[in-house]
Amino acid sequence: MTAIEWGQLALYVALLLAAAKPLGTYMTAVYEGRRTWLHPVVRPLEVATYRLGGIDEDREQDWRRYLLATLAFNVAGFLLLYAILRLQGFLPMNPQGLEGAKPTLAFNTAASFVTNTNWQSYGGETTLSYLSQMAGLTFQNFVSAAVGMAVLVAVIRGVARQSASTLGNFWVDLTRSTLYVLLPLSVVLALFLVSQGVIQNVSAYTEVTTLEGETQTLAMGPAASQVAIKQLGTNGGGFFNVNSAHPLENPTAWTNLVEMVAILLIPVASVYMYGRMVGSTRHGWVLIGAMTAVLVLGTVVTTWSEQAGNPTLGALGVTAAPSADQLGGNMEGKEVRVGIGNSTTWAAATTAASNGSVNSMHDSYTGLGGITPFALMMTSEVIFGGVGSGMYGAVLYILLTVFIAGLMVGRTPEYLGKKVESREMKAVMASLLVFPVLILVWTAVAVVNPFGTDTLNNAGPHGFSEVLYAFTSGSANNGSAFAGLGANGTFYNLGIGVNMLFGRFVFLVSVMVIAGAMARKQRVAASPGTFPVDGFTFGGLFTGIIVIVGLLTFFPALALGPIVEHLMRADGVLF
Amino acid sequence: MAVVPAPSAPTPQITVPKRHKQSVWTGAIVRQAVVDSLRKLSPRSLYRNPIIFIVEIGALLTSMIFLRDLAAGAAFELLRFELQIALWLWFTVLFANFAEAIAEGRGKAQADALRRTRTQATANRLRPADGSIETVAASALRRGDLVRVSVGELIPGDGEVVGGVAFVNEAAITGESAPVLKEPGTDIRSSVTGGTTVVSDELRIKITADPGETFLDRMIALVEGAERQKTPNEVALNILLAGLTFIFLIVTATLQPFARYAGSEVSVVVLVALLVTLIPTTIGGLLSAIGIAGMDRLVQRNVLAMSGRAVEAAGDVDTLLLDKTGTITFGNRLAAEFIAVDGVSDEQLVEAAVRSSLGDDTPEGRSVLDLARSAGYERLVTALPAGAEFVPFSAETRMSGLRLDGRLTAKGAVDAVVAAVGGAPSAALRAESERISQAGGTPLAVLDEGRVLGLIYLKDTVKPGIRERFEELRRMGIRTVMVTGDNRLTAATIAREAAVDDYVPESKPEDKIRLIREEQEKGRLVAMTGDGTNDAPALAQADVGVAMNSGTQAAREAGNMVDLDSDPTKLIEIVAIGKQLLMTRGALTTFSIANDVAKYFAILPAAFAVTYPALDLLNLMRLGSPESAILSAVIFNALIIVALVPLALRGVAYRPIGAAVLLRRNALLYGLGGVIVPFVGIKAIDVLVRLAHLA
Repeated sequence: MTAIEWGQLALYVALLLAAAKPLGTYMTAVYEGRRTWLHPVVRPLEVATYRLGGIDEDREQDWRRYLLATLAFNVAGFLLLYAILRLQGFLPMNPQGLEGAKPTLAFNTAASFVTNTNWQSYGGETTLSYLSQMAGLTFQNFVSAAVGMAVLVAVIRGVARQSASTLGNFWVDLTRSTLYVLLPLSVVLALFLVSQGVIQNVSAYTEVTTLEGETQTLAMGPAASQVAIKQLGTNGGGFFNVNSAHPLENPTAWTNLVEMVAILLIPVASVYMYGRMVGSTRHGWVLIGAMTAVLVLGTVVTTWSEQAGNPTLGALGVTAAPSADQLGGNMEGKEVRVGIGNSTTWAAATTAASNGSVNSMHDSYTGLGGITPFALMMTSEVIFGGVGSGMYGAVLYILLTVFIAGLMVGRTPEYLGKKVESREMKAVMASLLVFPVLILVWTAVAVVNPFGTDTLNNAGPHGFSEVLYAFTSGSANNGSAFAGLGANGTFYNLGIGVNMLFGRFVFLVSVMVIAGAMARKQRVAASPGTFPVDGFTFGGLFTGIIVIVGLLTFFPALALGPIVEHLMRADGVLF
Repeated sequence: MAVVPAPSAPTPQITVPKRHKQSVWTGAIVRQAVVDSLRKLSPRSLYRNPIIFIVEIGALLTSMIFLRDLAAGAAFELLRFELQIALWLWFTVLFANFAEAIAEGRGKAQADALRRTRTQATANRLRPADGSIETVAASALRRGDLVRVSVGELIPGDGEVVGGVAFVNEAAITGESAPVLKEPGTDIRSSVTGGTTVVSDELRIKITADPGETFLDRMIALVEGAERQKTPNEVALNILLAGLTFIFLIVTATLQPFARYAGSEVSVVVLVALLVTLIPTTIGGLLSAIGIAGMDRLVQRNVLAMSGRAVEAAGDVDTLLLDKTGTITFGNRLAAEFIAVDGVSDEQLVEAAVRSSLGDDTPEGRSVLDLARSAGYERLVTALPAGAEFVPFSAETRMSGLRLDGRLTAKGAVDAVVAAVGGAPSAALRAESERISQAGGTPLAVLDEGRVLGLIYLKDTVKPGIRERFEELRRMGIRTVMVTGDNRLTAATIAREAAVDDYVPESKPEDKIRLIREEQEKGRLVAMTGDGTNDAPALAQADVGVAMNSGTQAAREAGNMVDLDSDPTKLIEIVAIGKQLLMTRGALTTFSIANDVAKYFAILPAAFAVTYPALDLLNLMRLGSPESAILSAVIFNALIIVALVPLALRGVAYRPIGAAVLLRRNALLYGLGGVIVPFVGIKAIDVLVRLAHLA
């Protein structure tokens, strides 16, 4: 790693940590229904929304009703999006006259955007009309993130309240997430992006003549507004097919830095908010600390591996050392204007958050360099994770940590004064099972059948990695692609679609069950004998459990993909 | 105070030794455990432990593969490998069974001893019609029957004394050989337990429990572990372990297609080996042993827990409700100071005080002599002078003392003594006696030859060492609350001296249940001890209710533990045992899960040695060959169960050092240790395996 890369990483982490407290404090006020400085502008909108939807703001729901509302909202959103995608040919705002999407693609895309995954089996500019992008996808970009926040807030209330039956009102939390958090931040970010040259229009595509005298079609569209929410809402679906590597999505060094911050902004602040709302800010910081440590470690490993380049090329006389003339390292699949450090940091951030936007090709990473994106997704996206979903997923790992290690202080496991019992463990294990089943079983089916291997670009361990990555990305609701795999076929569209739905909703239902059970419990008084969750030891145990239980499950699969690829490279074997 | 008569019959020989210094590693128990571990191979009993059951299926599968390959005449190296894996998998199951069997061993031995008492007994039943006696088997007795038990006979069942006064030896239940007085019409002294022996006189007893429901029956079932059900925490832990097992099943099952994609096959034996080493067999094999051993540790301290749940709750206790009398203090007021007044010398006062107490056999009287001795007046303490007449305490005079040749030397209540002398008390006497009262003590005035010489300060004395124990509890995070009928002043003094966290003065027995509810509403778990019938509701309400064995039937039924020694301070040990049980469970779970890291690194490179030789770089331990790597991992996995049996039985040491320190220490020891130990262990086994040419 070069000094500049270290410096950029430090700056990035510092910006994120600096934003955690102010934004987290603001969000706490929003969800506790207190007055914020945005009230004069937003409150009328909020009231109008409730009136329109016939919602009684003060009426709280128990966990079943809250969950039911969440699921109903998602089913409706899914059906609406599916319909728009299928019917876009007949709908307005389609200057290119693009046809309706085929059924499996529409299913996959609807599942993808409803689950906040934004896996894209399609190429945006060649498949989707502006209406599909704006009314279909952008709408889901907002509300799928808002759903994540709403569920997180319900979970927080479950942990924080005692002997309570209700967890808040889903519609209120959904509305507040959108109006007070996502919308204002998106407006600011979109304006900034426009100022940096990101396009925002509804024109037809433009023909231009390039420097070489060739003609090229430049795709147009409302990119800035889409890009803002795709980053802030950990959606990640690019307006253009090449996502954030596209100069009209990510034109300058500033947009690159600000978009990277936007990717993890709300997830980091959510962890702070979590700590604050459950009554232990220190606990929040310990979680942020543990997650940051994993994120930085992952980034450093990948950056180092990418910067070290490929020894096989070195043997052919190509130097990988950075100099005044070149960035050095492995530049395949990376934008020259972005460089290695900003690509790898982005790769780590986008897979830590369930964002999935990319500014480089993960497929072209070195074997070892590619492990970080894998690892961050395989641990169920709990290193900050998606908006809302990351922190509520982390609750599952917290409970697991508390349950396994909590006994070691000589008491039955308790978390923040709530006993962790069979019901909670059932929910935790149900979620933990989802990832191995979805990722490993689908990959196993794919790699031994022609319908799985026919669309592979690469053979050997690398091809294996491509399949593994696709199912991992779907399950983790990440949406980034390793690429190199033709995924717009029936098998992958359905398989990954199913993974996205299960990956999202099994976790969501599990945490709601836990929230309901925890809310009913009485809080056990804290004493010097209580299991401490606000110290280094807990941070270490939490990280250890994520690595051993979450990641080691996939160690055999990783060993047969990126790890063996990396090791074989030493013998000059490439794929 | 009655004088204990010499037992007129020999003490029965059937006793439960009070504290078993005896280890479980005796020939008989180990032999029995070995037999039991074979018997437990039966799927009918093993299916209740899914993890070990899966190992058994794996063992069966590899054995069949071995036999198939043997019949097919496979290469020697392959057969040697398969046979060894199969054998070690069987050993894994046997070791897990053995852990459980040995934990059960001591309880079974004790239960057998108790059962002998029960089978021998006969009863002399009184016919309701005419009161004549018929001899029946104890097992034929029903609730409501009347029996007569004479000297030397076993009491045939639990009951209530309705006639007669007698001494009963309860050694069979409590291990305590000093006989106890039983008589009708009292709360505590009227209840008798089946299996105990009348050692003087004769009792008429009304049976209060049907056969199979007696205390002895319950005790047998408890020490034997026959009724053992999984505790809530064990159930939750089993969900976790089953979930992990299922995950590893998927991990190993999908490895075959992955290998096929890479152009090779992994043998089923290797997959089974990987599965068995990855699933949490260590904790799966030791979990029930830990639970049984925890109950057993209580039994060894003469405490019977009615359920494992109660033991777990003991670990969670936040508040101890302690009776002042008998638990914190000795229960008797003892002389603490001599205070001479009005120009009387100390020596004069002490001499009079000693004289007044020479014939006095009460604890107060004896304590006066003790105090005189320790204050340096040893020479004044003599035998009762000849011709002296002891004047006992009476409600009328409210003083006691000695009359010799018409000279009365006495001690008693201040106002009574002053009244006896006539006139008003001196200012100094009044001031001193007030000071004593305010400090929560009782002043006794000393009278000699018609003159008040001074005061004896009687004080409720806190048991030595109790303060330190409470400080220990505080470090564990447990609050102590003292409950007493004393007035506020007295209570405050004792509370300060014993360093309890809180106290409730002037409380009636009914107040306890209110107090418990209040604490529970604040989210605290409460433990208490009790013996009286009016303690029963509170015992039932408390999360841990320890009934004294000397207590009433009602109390013993209400509590979820019974202390056979009837020692209220044992609550503190009970809490420590509960914590120890939970810690042991947590430590071994953490250890078991942490072990997996090394096993991946041992087996994965070995399993893919042919397909991807490059993976040998993951062979961090530099194990000799793929076969020896896999074999060593399996052997380590089996041996670690046996190696940890002593720890499971003994329990992880509990130190009252606060949860944060405890967690750090245990996390390092069992978490980090759990990662490192198998690396070392597997490497060592690998070296041995290769030296012995086993792979």
